[in-house]
Amino acid sequence: MSIEVRHLTHCYAEGSAMRTVALDDVNLTIGDGEFIGIIGHTGSGKSTLVQHLNGLLKPSSGQILIDGEDLNGEHVNRRALRQRIGLVFQYPEYQLFEETVAKDIAFGPKNQGLSKEEIDSRVRYAMECVHLDYDKYSERSPFELSGGQMRRVAIAGVLAMKPSVLILDEPTAGLDPRGRDRILTMLEELHGRENVTVVMVSHSMDDMARLATRLIVMAEGKVVATGTPREMFAQEELMASAGLGVPDAARLCRALREKGFDLPADLYRPEELKEHLLRLWKAKTASVGKEGSPC
Amino acid sequence: MLNNITMGQYYPVDSPVHRLDPRMKLVLAIAFIVAVFLAHSFVGYIVLLAFLIFACRLSHVPFKLLLKGLRPLRMIVLLTFLLNLFFTPGEDLWVSFWIVRIYREGVLQAVFYSLRLVFLVAGTSLLTLTTSPISLADGIENLLSPLKVIHFPAHELAMMMTIALRFIPTLLEETDKIMKAQMARGADFESGNLLVRARAMVPLLVPLFVSAFRRAGDLAMAMESRCYHGGEGRTRLRVLKTTRNDWIALLIVAALLGLIILEGIFLKGVLF
Repeated sequence: MSIEVRHLTHCYAEGSAMRTVALDDVNLTIGDGEFIGIIGHTGSGKSTLVQHLNGLLKPSSGQILIDGEDLNGEHVNRRALRQRIGLVFQYPEYQLFEETVAKDIAFGPKNQGLSKEEIDSRVRYAMECVHLDYDKYSERSPFELSGGQMRRVAIAGVLAMKPSVLILDEPTAGLDPRGRDRILTMLEELHGRENVTVVMVSHSMDDMARLATRLIVMAEGKVVATGTPREMFAQEELMASAGLGVPDAARLCRALREKGFDLPADLYRPEELKEHLLRLWKAKTASVGKEGSPC
Repeated sequence: MLNNITMGQYYPVDSPVHRLDPRMKLVLAIAFIVAVFLAHSFVGYIVLLAFLIFACRLSHVPFKLLLKGLRPLRMIVLLTFLLNLFFTPGEDLWVSFWIVRIYREGVLQAVFYSLRLVFLVAGTSLLTLTTSPISLADGIENLLSPLKVIHFPAHELAMMMTIALRFIPTLLEETDKIMKAQMARGADFESGNLLVRARAMVPLLVPLFVSAFRRAGDLAMAMESRCYHGGEGRTRLRVLKTTRNDWIALLIVAALLGLIILEGIFLKGVLF
């Protein structure tokens, strides 16, 4: 399933004194199987953009094409489309409302009009995706779970509709490192195993470094750059101009290069940096060893 | 979806009327209401109208906005007009067909009472248009504080008003967000009969209540951690002060009230 955004512009409070342009002529394509990271400073229009991607907002002008079909066209069943493009909002745990975890996750499939058996198997599938034990949690009240668990239940509620595109707005915001790691692992599996196209909005460059196959950098309602994480994170000035940093590993790499270390300029993952450093260290100890002086 | 709801009707500009002490404005508004009830003839109404236009000009609030405040009341005004028109007995019969009798007195009284309503609403609208809800609550608290002697919770009342007003936009935003989140899960808030629609509200209302309670708990905690313990011995950041302008305004309204009383004495029944 491909999503194409053409000349999308969105204004809030149109026609009043408080009119603000949230999106300004945005163009982008999201292909099948990609893991897109949308990054940008607060107020750069990320959240507005993702709400457009499943038709919750109407564009002031421009189009969103899903497999070539205009999302806001007259004869489009937006409710059905929304179920193929799952959107997980910021702090999704605040949308939980049912008495039990299983019932809450079943809300989406139920709205799709599926059979009871199908709904049940969807709930099991979704809970497995988010690493929640069905027997242990399905009959618990969602309100007595921890914050990280509640968030996973909410994400399961969207996954239960088996969307082919999953959009997440800041899925790791406000979680402790362990909760964050759980969510990221889960997304990694979904993208890898289930071949779901993922679009993730995040502030965390380290999250993006770990998962994204392509980054879209936004600033002041515009797409200012797009490319692989390697291309983007090597351009620290460009990122800084959009009010963004680079992953810790990329910063460290740059600092080391400035000190004269022989490292490639475009490292951004902790593992690859470690490898290069180890290699340098080994080479150094080997040469030092030849000269006969221990360390 | 819900973003075209504006809270209150405060019109944020700077004017002599806006700068008046909210306590004084409350007192003046009450005095104006009294004046409206004391007016007994159309002469009195002309005086009131002149005052209203003067105050409106001074406050830089567009007159149109003042009239817009009357909109929600149009049915009541119309009802008042019709009831008085048809059911006021008199001597000078103007219209008569079937069982309907309209007298000259009925027409006058209908116009008179409808205008009274219009004046009342317009006058109090001017108060809310020129005073922010927060300072209005401050003023009410201050005016009611003498009642603390008889254990009337003036401070608590004003604090509740302020908090309620403060959280209306927040909860609206929250509603919008939850609505969208549930729509993303295929919820449908727009179709079906009344029962279906009522049931469709559950996924919206439960999270909304949960979050309202959570916010209330957080706010209480935040207030207590900053040593809030009720109104006792609490000082204010913005101390209400009466200035020369307040006393001038008081004089003007006192003059208005005087004029209306004089009109009541000398012109009673002239245009009526």
